[in-house]
Amino acid sequence: MASIDIENVSKIYPGSTARSVADIALNIKDGEFIVLVGPSGCGKSTLLRMVAGLEDISEGEIRIGTRRVNEVEPAHRDIAMVFQNYALYPHMSVRDNMAYGLKNRAVPRPEIEARVAEAARMLELGPYLDRKPRALSGGQRQRVAMGRAIVRQPAAFLFDEPLSNLDAKLRVSMRTEIRRLQKRLGTTSIYVTHDQLEAMTLADRLVVLNAGRIEQIGTPLEIYHRPASTFVASFIGAPAMNLLDAEIAGNRLRIGDEVLDTPVSGAAGKVTLGIRAEDLMPADRGLSFTPDDIEDLGAQRLVHGFVAGQPLTLVISPATRVEDCRRLAPKPGALHVFDTLSGARLDLHTEHDSRPVLPVGQGL
Amino acid sequence: MNKVTPFDHLVLILGTLLMVTPIAIAVMTSTHTAADIHVNGLSLLPGGDGIETYSTVLTHKGGFTGQVTGARMMMNSLILGLGFAVGKIVLSMLAAYALVYFRFRFATAMFWVIFTTLLLPLEVRIMPSYQVMAELGLLNTYTGLIVPLLASATGTFYFRQFFKSVPDELLEAARIDGAGPVRFFIDILLPLSRNMIAAVFIIMFVYGWNQYLWPMLMTTEESFFTLMRGIKQILQVWIGSQIPDYNQAFALAVLALLPPVAIVVVFQSWFIKGLTESDK
Repeated sequence: MASIDIENVSKIYPGSTARSVADIALNIKDGEFIVLVGPSGCGKSTLLRMVAGLEDISEGEIRIGTRRVNEVEPAHRDIAMVFQNYALYPHMSVRDNMAYGLKNRAVPRPEIEARVAEAARMLELGPYLDRKPRALSGGQRQRVAMGRAIVRQPAAFLFDEPLSNLDAKLRVSMRTEIRRLQKRLGTTSIYVTHDQLEAMTLADRLVVLNAGRIEQIGTPLEIYHRPASTFVASFIGAPAMNLLDAEIAGNRLRIGDEVLDTPVSGAAGKVTLGIRAEDLMPADRGLSFTPDDIEDLGAQRLVHGFVAGQPLTLVISPATRVEDCRRLAPKPGALHVFDTLSGARLDLHTEHDSRPVLPVGQGL
Repeated sequence: MNKVTPFDHLVLILGTLLMVTPIAIAVMTSTHTAADIHVNGLSLLPGGDGIETYSTVLTHKGGFTGQVTGARMMMNSLILGLGFAVGKIVLSMLAAYALVYFRFRFATAMFWVIFTTLLLPLEVRIMPSYQVMAELGLLNTYTGLIVPLLASATGTFYFRQFFKSVPDELLEAARIDGAGPVRFFIDILLPLSRNMIAAVFIIMFVYGWNQYLWPMLMTTEESFFTLMRGIKQILQVWIGSQIPDYNQAFALAVLALLPPVAIVVVFQSWFIKGLTESDK
């Protein structure tokens, strides 16, 4: 168990001047579950691999516990990693796969057996200990990869998109399992994913990365409710937050010819207005909406359409008729205003900004 | 899949005959006496002389010194074949390991240099090789026979391609598991390469077994003669009205066939097992 401190870390690949990971600073508390999330190529895997020691650290410093690990071999960093394709040794039995790292560390044989047995019990792998990985299903292989990490009893677990190769249903159950296991072991974890749902459900704190930089750090609900930029707003949450070109004029938000009732403070000028699809309700007066297409998901319906010529998605209950959605009003305090050029959040005071403070942080 | 027609069978039968007949003729002819062969030519039917011929070939001390037997020559060929195969596999695996897993300057250039030597046949460098061995005093030794031919571009190339297909994550997992370069090679790469090793072993053993020119240059002592030379030797004995020992030559040729066949059969079962059971 240990904290992990990432101090102004950058990655510059040889033969390039651009920073694939730029100036990342992140302090991870002991036992915390951190999820790095972002689109492909945002540097999240690179950052994880720098913590693991599989990539050199170009600038900055990484400490695990109090020890600087920049020059420490992966084997001596006291970490365990779970890979996307599991990276199990195909010629070794499940038992040997889990025991290999311990054998290399000259852990006494009885202790190896005890730890493997314990991990197998925890992961329900008992009946498969003498099988080869190829005789296992994807979910079971994933468990073996986790088992290999657990038996090491490391200071930190590093997960590199461990669920991407599983089918959707299995992914959901493995997600819960990883979460439960991490809470039980209390091991500091860094988890990389591009799946925002995985990120939301697993994280104690989420780190949203874009183009090698941190866009926002926060609990999943903080990030959901107060995205720091248009990038975060569109990346976290499904369907993605609606982003509309708007204008502040006379303490009112104006979208094309439509004017929102909610008074806003702030300098007049162009802004980007964000509204989540579930924060819009049919109303008697409000934005006029032209429905275009409907996706029925069973529990809810997604209505795609246009407001003042700009695309907008709306979530309604299956009972609501689309014809009733000609006019829309945002729920109180549901407006997010962003700077049009930089995309950064503008904290404008809106009159109804009285969203209850939710008990965030502990998640499940 | 189309239905199998009688015509398909016909083609297959013809192909099989084409391949098997020469071998069958060799086996059958070797069971006749030399005089019989000289008079009647090749034969497709067994003669009555088989056991005698084969025991003569294996135990008769022939040659100029009267010291070398068929068994001895067979052993020499085996030493050559096995030495070739094992040595080449060890050497080319290590070379490929260095090329793929270690970052050093000119690695790619070196690989291409090695690769181009694939194009050069042994005969091109046979004189310099001979001279080096002669000056090292290694003529008429097994070392001299085997060592100069051990560097194998083919083997290095095969293993390089194979190592490149091993997922990087395995190396990374092993690094995190505390395996250094030597451990990774022995614990992970070697077991994974089993099928490749079997394939290269077959190729290299047969290559070594069939060597003719190089052993002929390197050895003058009959105790180092290989089977391939022995066959030639028998046919050269044409003294006076003596008929060459055709039967013995055929018997030796048949004997020369057996070890490669055995090797292929043994490793093929391994090979297929490895292929069908392989991961993913």
